[in-house]
Amino acid sequence: MSLFSKSSQRGILPGFGLTLGVTLFYFTLIVALPLLAMLYKSFNLGWADFWSIISSERAVATYRITVSAALLATLLNALFGMLLAWVLVRYEFPGKRLLDAVVDLPFALPTAVAGLALVTVFSANGWFGRYLEPLGIKIAYAPLGIALAMMFTSIPFVVRTVQPVLEDVATDVEEAGRSLGATNWQIFANIIWPAIFPAFVAGCSLSFARSLGEFGAIVFISGNLPFETEVMSLLVFIRLDEYDYPAAAAIATVMLVIAFVMLFVTNSIQAWQLKYAERN
Amino acid sequence: MQNVTNLAAPVGSLKPSSRHGKKPVRLSQRLLVISAILLSILLIGVPLLVIFTYAFREGMTVYLTQISQPATLHAIWLTVLTAIVVVPINMVFGICVAWLVTRFRFPGRGLLITFIEIPFSVSPIVAGVTYLFLYGSQGLLGPLLENYDIKIMFTVPAIFLVSLFVTSPFVARELIPLMQAQGSEDEEAAITLGANGLQTFFYVTLPNIRWALLYGAVLCNARVMGEFGAVSVVSGAIRGQTNTLPLQIELLFNDYNVTGAFAASSTLALIAVVTLVLKYLLERKQLV
Repeated sequence: MSLFSKSSQRGILPGFGLTLGVTLFYFTLIVALPLLAMLYKSFNLGWADFWSIISSERAVATYRITVSAALLATLLNALFGMLLAWVLVRYEFPGKRLLDAVVDLPFALPTAVAGLALVTVFSANGWFGRYLEPLGIKIAYAPLGIALAMMFTSIPFVVRTVQPVLEDVATDVEEAGRSLGATNWQIFANIIWPAIFPAFVAGCSLSFARSLGEFGAIVFISGNLPFETEVMSLLVFIRLDEYDYPAAAAIATVMLVIAFVMLFVTNSIQAWQLKYAERN
Repeated sequence: MQNVTNLAAPVGSLKPSSRHGKKPVRLSQRLLVISAILLSILLIGVPLLVIFTYAFREGMTVYLTQISQPATLHAIWLTVLTAIVVVPINMVFGICVAWLVTRFRFPGRGLLITFIEIPFSVSPIVAGVTYLFLYGSQGLLGPLLENYDIKIMFTVPAIFLVSLFVTSPFVARELIPLMQAQGSEDEEAAITLGANGLQTFFYVTLPNIRWALLYGAVLCNARVMGEFGAVSVVSGAIRGQTNTLPLQIELLFNDYNVTGAFAASSTLALIAVVTLVLKYLLERKQLV
């Protein structure tokens, strides 16, 4: 009887126990257990030690450098991403499909390869660097290089979140606006922008979160100087190299907490976006 | 996706071209398109081009010598091996998760979907560190493993484990929206007609999800082969032993062997291009 009531609750499909078991076992083993092990290590430090590590001058400098570079990278990606999404949805032009496919390259290209390519292009005798450095714009081995590496590795986020929503913007509302005499700018500001705004913010927060944790592309281009071009992920790596495991655990924990906050923020934005889309 | 774009496009040009003939393209539109293409070439195209240019700039012979260095060859082999081990495991995991959360309602379902995505938001460096504090000699299980003389950190299995962590959500996140949209009527019909669970899966579910499954596997593979941060923490980077291709690139670059670094990079860049082509083809398949 109990079996019957259970199956009527779950429908007639089999496999609930099996898939639940496999999922929980695998997730615990591969994801949860390592995360808990690191948090345990951090907690074992005690609050005083933990605080002194994460508030040390060098650590605070990495937060400042990482966050400011990530903000700049996100800002640039917001502009570039909107431009790409707009052009890909709204216009017809030769090479459009190629452009649409190429946008995903930064996700497909390994970060180490991206870093190597960027540092070569922007170094003092590189293809772009040789023209930029005489103008006083130093990118390779400078803070701007960090922002550039972050930007490259997160280019697709804004495009791919805005693109589907922009495709769905109701064109009848737009044409009604136009027939009532609205200018292009008014249509964009009052009809299109409000519709894509939640998706745009979601894309930006994904891009920002990814930038905060980026490592592979940055180590090649940043120069890795403490207090100048050292990001959070790199400081963790350096502490490991010095066998200073408590410090690595503490700073990695800070990064993990930031990642969870960003995950929560992004999920809230996406939930808001979903509600917003349903309301309209 | 591509087709949707094209359907939306005539509306975007704002006047049905069939009625009024071809509308002259506005200047602002032309400027936007040109700047989008130019910026994409500068930011995305040039980095890709520089890899192949530098890899081949000293000629084919040098390229082949560089790529066939024993350490680089071993790194290629280890990278392929990691993909062979990791991708199938995460495909099975992805199918399990997707079946669980799209075919059943249960308490904690929403939370589980969020949790599955955690590896996407965790920095690769943090992922590597977590494994160090689980299996390393300083870690939670370290002393226990040492008692049995089992070494995981700085060995090939550590590379497998951390790659499993980093790419665990890839397949699931492709399958969940698709299986949600398809609903479970077909499978319920099969079960009602007397098929068992495995038959239902292989004859009803799998044909419906095969392209999305392959798509997830392609993305998972690209990430496994290219993972750098997480692997660099746990691998120990021993030349000719635990160096994957991305680590080998860094090593050659730090040795001032620029051509060697670019030769090694060109293989991964080629895989990235193939990934994009497959992605494009599979996205079209999914629409059919």
